[in-house]
Amino acid sequence: MSAAPDTGPSSRLPGGPMIGRVLERLGLGGRGLVIAIPTLWLLLFFLIPFLVVAKISLSEAAIARPPYLPVWEWVDGVLSVNLNFGNYLFLLEDPLYLSAYIESIKIAGISTFIALLIGYPMAYLIARSPENQRNLLLMLVVLPFWTSFLLRVYAWIGFLKANGIINNFLMWTGIIDEPLIMLQTDFAVYIGIVYSYLPFMILPLYANLVKLDQSYLEASADLGARPATTFLTVTLPLSASGIIAGCMLVFIPAVGEFVIPALLGGPDTLMIGRVLWDEFFSNRDWPIASAVAIVMLFVLVIPIMLLRKAQSADEGAS
Amino acid sequence: MKNLAITCSALALTAGAALAEGELNVYHWSDYVAEDTIANFEAATGIKVNYDVYDSNEVLEAKMLTGSSGYDVVVPSVEFLARQAQAGVYAEIDKAALSNYGNLDPKILEIIAVNDPDNTYGVPYMMYTVGLGYNIDEVSSRIDADKIGSWDMVFDPETAAKLADCGIAVLDSPSEIMAPALHYLGLDPNSEDSGDLKQATELLLSVRPHIRYFHSSQYINDLANGDICVTVGYSGDVLQARDRASEAGQGINLTYAIPAEGGQVGFDMMAIPDDAPNPENALKFINFILEPKIVADITNYVYYANPNTAATEFVIDDVKNDPGIYPPDAIRAKLFSVKPHSSRYDRSLTRAWTTIKTGK
Repeated sequence: MSAAPDTGPSSRLPGGPMIGRVLERLGLGGRGLVIAIPTLWLLLFFLIPFLVVAKISLSEAAIARPPYLPVWEWVDGVLSVNLNFGNYLFLLEDPLYLSAYIESIKIAGISTFIALLIGYPMAYLIARSPENQRNLLLMLVVLPFWTSFLLRVYAWIGFLKANGIINNFLMWTGIIDEPLIMLQTDFAVYIGIVYSYLPFMILPLYANLVKLDQSYLEASADLGARPATTFLTVTLPLSASGIIAGCMLVFIPAVGEFVIPALLGGPDTLMIGRVLWDEFFSNRDWPIASAVAIVMLFVLVIPIMLLRKAQSADEGAS
Repeated sequence: MKNLAITCSALALTAGAALAEGELNVYHWSDYVAEDTIANFEAATGIKVNYDVYDSNEVLEAKMLTGSSGYDVVVPSVEFLARQAQAGVYAEIDKAALSNYGNLDPKILEIIAVNDPDNTYGVPYMMYTVGLGYNIDEVSSRIDADKIGSWDMVFDPETAAKLADCGIAVLDSPSEIMAPALHYLGLDPNSEDSGDLKQATELLLSVRPHIRYFHSSQYINDLANGDICVTVGYSGDVLQARDRASEAGQGINLTYAIPAEGGQVGFDMMAIPDDAPNPENALKFINFILEPKIVADITNYVYYANPNTAATEFVIDDVKNDPGIYPPDAIRAKLFSVKPHSSRYDRSLTRAWTTIKTGK
């Protein structure tokens, strides 16, 4: 795009000048179009669904199709609006919801931290490898995505279960006599999340670390800093935006994760995705389920804003 | 070239025939028809069937309450059918169009009519019970013979503790576990009294430390592989696990028992959504299932009892004489059925269930 930013689509399309002029008169020049597409995307796939969910969250459950009362009605030229904020107040009444949010954030936070501990050295190693090997190594990081996410989680069931590969191996070597109970525990949930989301940690870290100017490290060494000091005072601060981006990409989806705790977690693994499922399916209370989802969105908005701030700071710096 | 042309015109003909007879979209429980049922229906009628599956009533219910599902036949359990019919999502069954309707057991229709007055919205498909599935060897080496096949296996803390190490799994379905818990305590399984719910919750909390997990279908594989040794599950599912285990030949002997104290009996109902695109084909499908030979084949394959009196002669003896599938009268007398709950009670029940599972 940077080659010819101002020409817009008119110069690209065959027979385009006419169309281009019409579009420009409508205020849709090249830049306008470039911005319009993602805006339209967000409008269609984020804002409108969000407003629908927000609307349902202000309704009241009923035995009907759909199973809630209308929020507004137009009868004989009179618009009557019924907003029920009780659903949000209800979330405060029962400590279940608060503890589910806290538990989700805790599990997502610990998983993110573990993913960072594993992902950072891997990203660093890839960024420091000879250039001709980097693509291969990155391929290996992304390769698991070619298999369905669900299958990869199921594969862990095969590893972790009482009769599974790990237990059978440990019992064969004689290290243990009784199978270890690993499946249906929080431990299995951490493994599942860290394993599934690790590439999201490695890729932004790699993108950041590969740009790191070697001369900074040389300067640090010349000035007498040990490798550890150089890492802590030069490399780490310079890769901060990569760390934040990686952490957010792992943390945000992990908070709302439903599949991994459902398949690998125990019955006492209480995450918000599970509470949402219960409200929606067991209680058939779509309004409360929507309220839970809206509150979760706001719990996530703060990290997202941090991410955006880090990204814009990064762009400003480079 | 000529051959190709003939093949093409033949294909065009069959395609034309398929179009003329139309399509049928079936949304059914997983593992709930014989291997050839759908193919036989297509061959007999020329209707093309699109077949999707689910594994919980709740998932089906969410689709029905959203509307425009595009399905022509769905199979909710009767207490779910009752509530969904109240929301107006089902069309009345045109019994005059079902020539095989008379094959149905009138006694069973009467029981179902408590939930679906005059059998307006549903035609019974299969009958199931919720009981105990267990690994005979593992269990008998751990507990006394008189406790085997009793609700004590999961509701008595002392007995459950002895079975905890080989693994107890329980359906993740509040109503289907709370009902037998109430029954075990000598209370009405359909009680909506908050004191009764509290007692049942305490009973389940007392055995909670011994329960490995709550899940509605995973136990089939786990029982067959020896990963767990006791489950509260659906009759046919446990019996399918028993078959898989004996096929695998790993020496795992499973059995299903309706507990001596009695258990829940339920019915899955064929129903037609009111916005079904092909309601006439739906009736043809239901009538096809009501044919004695067809439904008997399904029973022989899935190990659920059918409500079709004319079909019994085609059911193989092993199935017909299995007390877990066709309970004898003495056990039948102790069975109870579950009614739909009020929304308020459902909320308390789900909340209690979360407490039982998570301790919160």
